[in-house]
Amino acid sequence: MRDVAVVAFSQSPSVRRETDCNEVEILIPVIHELRTNAGITNEDVDFVCSGSSDYLAGQSFAFVSGLDAVGAWPPVCESHVEMDGAWALYEAWVKIQMGYAELALVYGFGKPSMGDLPLTMALQLDPYSVMPLWPDAVSIAALQARLLLDDGVVSERDMAEVAVRDRANAKQNPYAQVKGDFSVDQILADPYLVSPLRKHDCSPISDGASAILLAAGDRAKDLCKRPAWIRGIEHICEPQDLGVRDLKRSRSTEIAAEKAGVRAGKIDVAELSAPFTHQEILVERALGLGSETSINPSGGALAGNPIMAVSADRAVAHATSGPCLQQNLICVLEG
Amino acid sequence: MSEEVSEPIEVLRLPVELEYQYTAGKSASRFLRGLQQGKLLGQRCPVDGRVYFPTRGCCPQHGVPMAEEGSIELPDVGTLVTYSIVRVPSANIPLELPYVTIQVLLDGADTVMMHVLGECELEDVHMGMRLEAKWKPEEEWETSVGNILYFVPLDEPDAPYESYKEHI
Repeated sequence: MRDVAVVAFSQSPSVRRETDCNEVEILIPVIHELRTNAGITNEDVDFVCSGSSDYLAGQSFAFVSGLDAVGAWPPVCESHVEMDGAWALYEAWVKIQMGYAELALVYGFGKPSMGDLPLTMALQLDPYSVMPLWPDAVSIAALQARLLLDDGVVSERDMAEVAVRDRANAKQNPYAQVKGDFSVDQILADPYLVSPLRKHDCSPISDGASAILLAAGDRAKDLCKRPAWIRGIEHICEPQDLGVRDLKRSRSTEIAAEKAGVRAGKIDVAELSAPFTHQEILVERALGLGSETSINPSGGALAGNPIMAVSADRAVAHATSGPCLQQNLICVLEG
Repeated sequence: MSEEVSEPIEVLRLPVELEYQYTAGKSASRFLRGLQQGKLLGQRCPVDGRVYFPTRGCCPQHGVPMAEEGSIELPDVGTLVTYSIVRVPSANIPLELPYVTIQVLLDGADTVMMHVLGECELEDVHMGMRLEAKWKPEEEWETSVGNILYFVPLDEPDAPYESYKEHI
């Protein structure tokens, strides 16, 4: 295995609705800032990989226009995943492991405010028996939450506590969208949005972009005083059919954590990117995190966000995709 | 088990309808507002000075942001770089067949724009022709490239091949 590290990171603020910029214009300053801060030019980059969804953009091959922000002349070695940017990072990591690249630019971007996000997410469900019912993403998550509550796996108070923690932590994060001081009782007094989920149990809909620079070995040391070395990275996928999965735990997170070596040492910081409070609890449990770990110091708005900013020796980053935590990616970083 | 063999389902109709609300974006909006005032706005790359028309938020070659200050107004005259004679109808083009689609390199621009040619016999169309925009009456201008009805030939000598060969 080659040593590979995150050497630079940049992001746009997460906003509910970006009214002026189009998708690419959200991305342009993010990529520019990343390259400027790292002191590199396009010629230094061996591989470019992006994560975005044409369903959010409502256009086929929308991600191609994202390359405007990178600059693709002379031609660049480029790839794209129809996934969260975390999976683009995984592909870039593999590319570096294979010896095809030393320095990789990875970015993720999306402007879900253009469409109806909960309904768009229905398109990822089984296309014959589930999708035609158009169950929106919040309702699907609510079914899972109901299962957890009825079985006593979590309580509504547990869920509210997650919301309170994340909203309070987000106050330190200038890029976060929903932040502030709330009390558990205050949240529990809120009406249900989609029972048993309240507004605070749901992640906001955010327009935004982020970018990461990955470098191998000495290259990383040249570019960054304290690179965040990737010591383990793994992603695991569960079946698409919700009925065959155990929705009361996140098996894929457990397996990915095991393979990535999460428990091989103390974890100082964990950034969990679960879109609903009950799912964050499942991920936290699957990772076996204890009180020695600071969870979601960013507020959890973007996976990986504070890794370059906080002083951590060992951190874990999580990303998820698909309904009810179907796919999970775990990345262990050491500084 | 039942002996009855049902017909296999071969077709399943699953209509998908999602609504999107688009924003043209900052730079495209600037371009479109310019058109509304009869202006053709391009944008200069801060790295090599190339002028992109229409404006983009970013130089697609260097990946650098193009600031609003880099906007420049281009004349409505240019050179025909390449063309095609169209003999099939198209719903959004109200021209009589056959007509000529063209790529025009506006004077001062480094990228071509697509439009149509008018007031010109088919046998006279050729690369290098000098052209001028024929605009709609001002009171009909909107945020659309359709404010230009078509381009018409100018009574000028052809542009030398070298001046546009990189844009073919």
